[in-house]
Amino acid sequence: MKALPLSMLAASALTSFLGQAAELDIKLTNLTQGLHFTPVLIAAHNSEHKLFNVAMPASTALQTMAEGGNLEPLINEATAASSDMVANPAEGLLAPTSSTMATLTTSDGNNYLSLTAMLLPTNDGFVGLDSWMIPSQAGTYTVYLNAYDAGTEANDERVVEGAGALDVLGIPAAPGGNAGSGASGVTSNENNTMVHIHPGNLGDDDLEAGISDLNNTVHRWLNPVAMLTVTVK
Amino acid sequence: MRFSKSLIILALGVSLAACSDSDNNDVEVKPPVVVTPTSYEFTVTITNLTAAQPFSPVALIAHTEGMLWQIGNSASEALERMAEGGDNSQLLTVDFATHAQSAESPLPPGEQLTLTLTTEQLESLKISLATMLVNTNDAFTGLNAIDVSSLAVNESLSRHSHAYDAGTETNSEAHGTIPGPADSGEGFNESRDDINSVAMHPGVVSQDDGLRSSVLTSQHKFDNPVAQIIITRTQ
Repeated sequence: MKALPLSMLAASALTSFLGQAAELDIKLTNLTQGLHFTPVLIAAHNSEHKLFNVAMPASTALQTMAEGGNLEPLINEATAASSDMVANPAEGLLAPTSSTMATLTTSDGNNYLSLTAMLLPTNDGFVGLDSWMIPSQAGTYTVYLNAYDAGTEANDERVVEGAGALDVLGIPAAPGGNAGSGASGVTSNENNTMVHIHPGNLGDDDLEAGISDLNNTVHRWLNPVAMLTVTVK
Repeated sequence: MRFSKSLIILALGVSLAACSDSDNNDVEVKPPVVVTPTSYEFTVTITNLTAAQPFSPVALIAHTEGMLWQIGNSASEALERMAEGGDNSQLLTVDFATHAQSAESPLPPGEQLTLTLTTEQLESLKISLATMLVNTNDAFTGLNAIDVSSLAVNESLSRHSHAYDAGTETNSEAHGTIPGPADSGEGFNESRDDINSVAMHPGVVSQDDGLRSSVLTSQHKFDNPVAQIIITRTQ
């Protein structure tokens, strides 16, 4: 083990007062009736290394997750920040009303919990938990999570193969198999380019044409979209 | 420490009991232990926060185990009957309910009502309630197994409730499928043509927002929360 500089020793002494390592049992439930979650990333981190910042531009890593469900860049960044992580506990998609469980042991100083997973079918929507302070008191806590928009892509609501790539506009997939095709596109603008609460899918009632490939009675949602139950041991 | 102390007390109690047993010739008149049947009373006030979704007569139950619904599980028939047609009769007689109360009439938007529940048990006591948003296919709201066993007298807890979807009827919003005043259509139908799993409700679309076959208008739209519920222990 390398000798730590004095300043870092002092910092670690301080953080040990602010928060001890914790052992967490985590359960995530997809509350929606018609949306799938792509692989989920859960990270315990310090106050600086968040997975996303609301009202700030999305990082490329966040954009990669929100537009195509690829967690790799976010995992790399969180690894570099010495965050504690659980990646892809559901081993794939988390279907509507399904739950997944995970356990996470956090290190001293990683006192905040964040979570992301892309919502399908959306252009760049994701379910998010931003820096929830892990309670020091043992117990079971319930947190409801909302849907965010990465602000990196216009919500045109056309299902386009390959649209998970950053330079391709569209929704990469509708895993429920209940989307249409041939839509002209709802919009080509994304006026708010910061991370914000998602305005929701619009959809339409024409699966062969219309402005959206999404079904307006199936692919809309109301917040919250997920329930997180955290047991601090 | 606490453990050993209670052991001593226990041992004392046992020896005293033993004494009184063996000395039962000395007539010692003990006052009879009066077991007053204790009752606990709760008032539950429900406020309909929606724009134009009357609530069907609210079903309120007390219980110590069980749940009226669970996200990810298919709805019970009792829940389906309430969520599709507003008929709460089966929910009120659900096998784990120890007490039940029903509102006498629907609860219009913007109004509130109070129900009172009296129980003889406080330990592990839970309160659940459920009601349909009647201008929908199968939307409902309520509270599921809220633990009230630690509420002190005159203490309250307040909750906002979400709109759920029973998952038993497609949200077609079509003419003849909605029992509320927007349509006066069919209520309960035993067929299940939706995902057959309870979820959060995605909201209604309405004819004004892109579903041309919908009997609903923009005024029937709702967002979470849809109700405020205050539970107060009054006795």
